[in-house]
Amino acid sequence: MNRVVITGMGIYSTIGKNIEEVNNSLYTGKSGIGFEQIRKDLGFRSGLTGIIERPSLKGKLKRRQRIGMAEEGEYAYVATLEALKQAKIEDDFLDKTDVGILYGNDSSARSVVESYDILKEKKDTSLVGSGAIFQSMNSTITMNLSTIFRLKGINLTVSAACASGSHSIGIGYYLIRSGLQDVIICGGGQEINYHSMGSFDGLNAFSVREDQPQKASRPFDRDRDGLVPSGGAATVILESYESAIKRGAKIIAEVIGYGFSSNGDHISVPNVVGPAKSLEMALKDAQLNASQIDYINAHATATPVGDLNEAQAISKVFGPKTPYVSSTKSTTGHEMWMGGASEIIYSILMMQNSYVAPNINFENPDEYSAKLNIAAETIKNHNIDIFLSNSFGFGGTNSSLIVKKIK
Amino acid sequence: MENKEIITKVNYFLIDEFELEEDQLIPTASLKETLEIDSLDYVDLVVIIEKTFGFKVKGEDFVGIKTLQDFYDYIINRAQAN
Repeated sequence: MNRVVITGMGIYSTIGKNIEEVNNSLYTGKSGIGFEQIRKDLGFRSGLTGIIERPSLKGKLKRRQRIGMAEEGEYAYVATLEALKQAKIEDDFLDKTDVGILYGNDSSARSVVESYDILKEKKDTSLVGSGAIFQSMNSTITMNLSTIFRLKGINLTVSAACASGSHSIGIGYYLIRSGLQDVIICGGGQEINYHSMGSFDGLNAFSVREDQPQKASRPFDRDRDGLVPSGGAATVILESYESAIKRGAKIIAEVIGYGFSSNGDHISVPNVVGPAKSLEMALKDAQLNASQIDYINAHATATPVGDLNEAQAISKVFGPKTPYVSSTKSTTGHEMWMGGASEIIYSILMMQNSYVAPNINFENPDEYSAKLNIAAETIKNHNIDIFLSNSFGFGGTNSSLIVKKIK
Repeated sequence: MENKEIITKVNYFLIDEFELEEDQLIPTASLKETLEIDSLDYVDLVVIIEKTFGFKVKGEDFVGIKTLQDFYDYIINRAQAN
């Protein structure tokens, strides 16, 4: 079986528009969360959201390349450019090699809403325009990026709610390990517009701490009151070890374990058994004991039940002495379809720079988070050789990835 | 609306929306081969013509339009008929 390594990373997020900015924000615990009045005007229970500026791609991509791209596609394009550059993959390699793409995305609502608004007003589908269909499909990121980068390998969107980005890396890992692909662009993208979030807001799952936006996302904290929706895109270049060596690429890290499970339970309420099973499967795949993990990037979104169950799952697998745990969602908000991929990048940045990013706003533990070794502040000079990243989603889909430093 | 004004408006959206260069807009230019207007672009032409001139174009109306001059003539005729 092939070893699977990461040779490139790129990100466009609420805490930075590239790897360097994101690393600085992670280290200092800078929040990317703010307040958007239009959400309140539309009757949202919460006006809190991650804040991100859409990249301007006019002049960088042709009109036809831009017109079918929804906002999450724009974020993914910028992130993928950075990742390809870091991996030193250029046009010539893309033309000669069957590079694939597996990207997590589970909605693209804005175009659907805007198209329907046109139909209501004009009563004529011919006035919707040519870009809307390509923007509106869940596969909008993979269909656009595969066209722009002329990809010829696997071309697939992974839709698995808030575990989409993580599963995209896990499935890519399997395809490369088995020898079916040598290089795959993996990642996750998440739209951040209010068009997509009204129905979720209606579930009362979002924090309403609107007077303190940057204090609102409080994973594991006793006084957490819900998640803050956020977004952006994150890309990693997965590659077989042999391909990376042959190209002379710099190897950033190695993916050594992937675990998954389905709760077979409630559609929105997570449980303990399913996530624990995913964690155990990843450890078994990596042939590791729990004690060998140096850091856990928790899924913890700051919902009361979700964090409680994840804390119990981590305790169940790791026992009373856990490695450092933090949820970077405390600073980024919940990046949903993107989160499983971005959190791999966040954790790799910690591994490369020997620190643990803080789980900001963790002021008082609850009964279960008290049993975890949560990094409330930045842990400096902390060596991470191996980390584990969890992602869980609606429908009870669970994904766990284990990544190791290359020495 | 004067013919000259119609042509100016058409040229404006071809440059602004379709990102064509001004010096490409030669009346004898083929929409397909020279200006590289493809089948999806025609869908967007329908939208922008409706926004600019207030009338709707059916996809099949484009069948006989080969050159930019044909396109100007078509828009002028429809605009005047309106």
